Amino acid sequence: METFETDILIVGAGGAGLRAAIAAAEADPAARIALVSKVLPMRSHTVAAEGGSAGVIQSHDSLDAHFNDTVHGGDWLCDQDVVEFFVSRCTPELIQLEHWGCPWSRKPDGQINVRAFGGMKIERTWFAADRSGFHILHTLFQTSTKYPQIRRFDEAFCLDLIVDGGRAQGATVMSPATGAFSAIFARAVILATGGAGRVFRQNTNGGIVTGDGMAMAYRHGVPLRDMEFVQYHPTCMPGSGVLFSEACRGEGGYLVNKDGYRYLQDYGLGPATTEPRNKAMELGPRDRLSQAFWQEDRKGRTVTTPQGESAVYLDLRHLGLAKLKERLPLIRGLAMEFMGLDPAEALIPVRPAVHYTMGGIVTDIHTATPLAGLFAAGECSSVGIHGANRLGSNSLGELTVFGRVAGEQAVKFAKDAPAVDAGRLVDQAKASAAKALALRDQKGGGERHSVLRKEMAATMEKGCGIYRLGTEMQETCDKLAELKQRLGQVTLDDRSDIWNTDWIAALELDYQLDVAEAMAQSALARKESRGAHQRLDGFEKRDDENFLAHSLAHYRAGAAPDITYGPVTITKSKPGARAYGALGEQLEQAKKDGTHA
Amino acid sequence: MPDPAKKTIELRILRYQPGVDAAPSFGTFEVAGAENMSVLEALQTIKDTLDGSLSFRWSCRMAVCGSCGMMINGEPKLACSTFLRDLPPGPVTVEPLNNFPIERDLVISVGGFVKKIESIYPYIMPKEPKTVEQGPYRQTPAQLAAYESFSDCINCMLCYAACPQFGENPDFIGPGAMALLQRYNGDSRDAGRQKRLDTIHGENGVWSCTAVGICSEVCPKSVDPANAVNQNKTNSAFDFFLRFLRKE
Repeated sequence: METFETDILIVGAGGAGLRAAIAAAEADPAARIALVSKVLPMRSHTVAAEGGSAGVIQSHDSLDAHFNDTVHGGDWLCDQDVVEFFVSRCTPELIQLEHWGCPWSRKPDGQINVRAFGGMKIERTWFAADRSGFHILHTLFQTSTKYPQIRRFDEAFCLDLIVDGGRAQGATVMSPATGAFSAIFARAVILATGGAGRVFRQNTNGGIVTGDGMAMAYRHGVPLRDMEFVQYHPTCMPGSGVLFSEACRGEGGYLVNKDGYRYLQDYGLGPATTEPRNKAMELGPRDRLSQAFWQEDRKGRTVTTPQGESAVYLDLRHLGLAKLKERLPLIRGLAMEFMGLDPAEALIPVRPAVHYTMGGIVTDIHTATPLAGLFAAGECSSVGIHGANRLGSNSLGELTVFGRVAGEQAVKFAKDAPAVDAGRLVDQAKASAAKALALRDQKGGGERHSVLRKEMAATMEKGCGIYRLGTEMQETCDKLAELKQRLGQVTLDDRSDIWNTDWIAALELDYQLDVAEAMAQSALARKESRGAHQRLDGFEKRDDENFLAHSLAHYRAGAAPDITYGPVTITKSKPGARAYGALGEQLEQAKKDGTHA
Repeated sequence: MPDPAKKTIELRILRYQPGVDAAPSFGTFEVAGAENMSVLEALQTIKDTLDGSLSFRWSCRMAVCGSCGMMINGEPKLACSTFLRDLPPGPVTVEPLNNFPIERDLVISVGGFVKKIESIYPYIMPKEPKTVEQGPYRQTPAQLAAYESFSDCINCMLCYAACPQFGENPDFIGPGAMALLQRYNGDSRDAGRQKRLDTIHGENGVWSCTAVGICSEVCPKSVDPANAVNQNKTNSAFDFFLRFLRKE
């Protein structure tokens, strides 16, 4: 087996991984950095983010306001010390991206332009038309080529971490192009592998978003935190789940039901004004909007699309062609190419689809996991800023803010870490390779893993969807346990070495089933409703007394995870009522009056 | 109403497994209920239900990650945004992108392309260095427009599959990398133009282009690499002329 030695190993080369690599290269120019990605870096799913990235820049805005919107949006399950740090670092990171060439959209005088976004009281979302993630990713990738000490392993699939003496010391990877295994030994390891939305049926995620890093860390005893909080994005393409950015509503788009009625006013988000109002109606947070869709569907006020999905309409017609071309060109292109309609003239049928994993690998404010030498950043991590519901345009900021922290912290850790004992570690890598080969070559009972994947996605949607019931969540948990058994009996069509994507999909499914189980078991255990976790079986209210706490799913081989709880850090925002629209404004006013009194 | 589930579409897909197959050959698959599918969805259906060994790259499904470029009925296309309903009736032919070595089935070698991107210094070399504390650079909408379309390249390589010059000479820098070069050269914040121009004077550089313009026709993102190539020819010629003057 080929082996490599490096100081810092980064798994995942999307926004967080690339930002970490650059930060590490700048923090210690002598450090050797290995950057592993299962795809070419510019294919990473950061590429699909559309709307933009939040950072306070207007003179009437403040870090406190961004903090309050984030904590309020997260239904007080955010770690407030981490949110405070995060909002203070967003704007500097966005400026750094600007210096590296990110083509942010501008005002006529050449200053940065910002747009409104859901759940944000003041406009603070920096955007590059509606291709913000694409431009951030390409800017970071292209900038990373400046640093010769970043050694990329493009198209290398990570099979497992190498952990020895209670410390992460590398990873075992497989090259899809050849089927060859190698071991990369490192003094510090950063996971930046993205989310896990593909465990659900209808989702906005790319095929690669399979929770690999979450499962790897989890199997080595690192808890997955707050996994029950899965975000449904309210405006997606029925059938495929492809995303229509929140920027559509930030720019003034309406959501209407089958009768052309702006139904959000019936769900505590009104009043319906012609001009968009921040933190109201279409600019409410994603959890509330997805829940309103579900209610509207139950009332029979949705349409059924040719794909057999329920949908409401996104109305962008009043924005006019010129604005659509300038601000939402990708959206317009998707509607025209994929659905054969021009949003300047026609309504777009949309519905919620799974978009984002709020939870992930537990880390502290420095991105350090409980496993020494292991750091995590980006969607795969749970650093504590999203709580029970992430606000749109807080995830791209997370990639850069915490990607950078991870790179710097890993450099610091690597400096003091003892050298790796390659001789001993290679045996672990060989065992990981053998395990992967066993899945490929097992005789099995003739069942295809694609069947299991579809059953997993269907049961996650049924049991862990927008609204949840204890009985259905239990069924999902049972189903996942059954699927894990059946994975041991699948038969692959392909046992070859070169570009065996049948094999890679099976390995990804193995990761997905563990992550899905952590989600479902954490959901079942949380007997309250908060943010994106809403129950209809007697636990419809938020219960701060018992559940103002982070869930922690602990892996157990061959059994369901243990679910325990850890404290939430509350500093300056005491848990209060979470309201939007007119009621939200009243509460905010009352709070202000109270402070002044 | 016709039942789309009954509609079956035939796909002829180029298959090749190195070490097993002496040469690539077509495999034929019938996909039921395919009328509203993209070519990518049809390939996924084949892989999930008929033959798990079929290999192809894909990810985002929304024409932005650039993974799923392939020849569809002889034209370079993104499989995710090419819909079977829009293709003429009859079997659909799917092959790997032209002009690249086939690694397996629809998977081609991408390493050479990535090296070309890296070779043109694809990053800002600041005109006036600034710290983060000093804030963002100003860039007017007109200055942004000067390079914005070139920054939209998704690296899908369709233009390389269409480019006759790249087909003749795999070392030709090619339309995608040229567009990226122009993206930075045209950026008001950048001062790296001279360094980049040096990379395109040579025999594999901008002058290899024979101005067919098909790169821009096949681009799924309207990047217009042919325009980038032209601007670079002008810049290259001007640069050459200036050098001549300097020598005097």
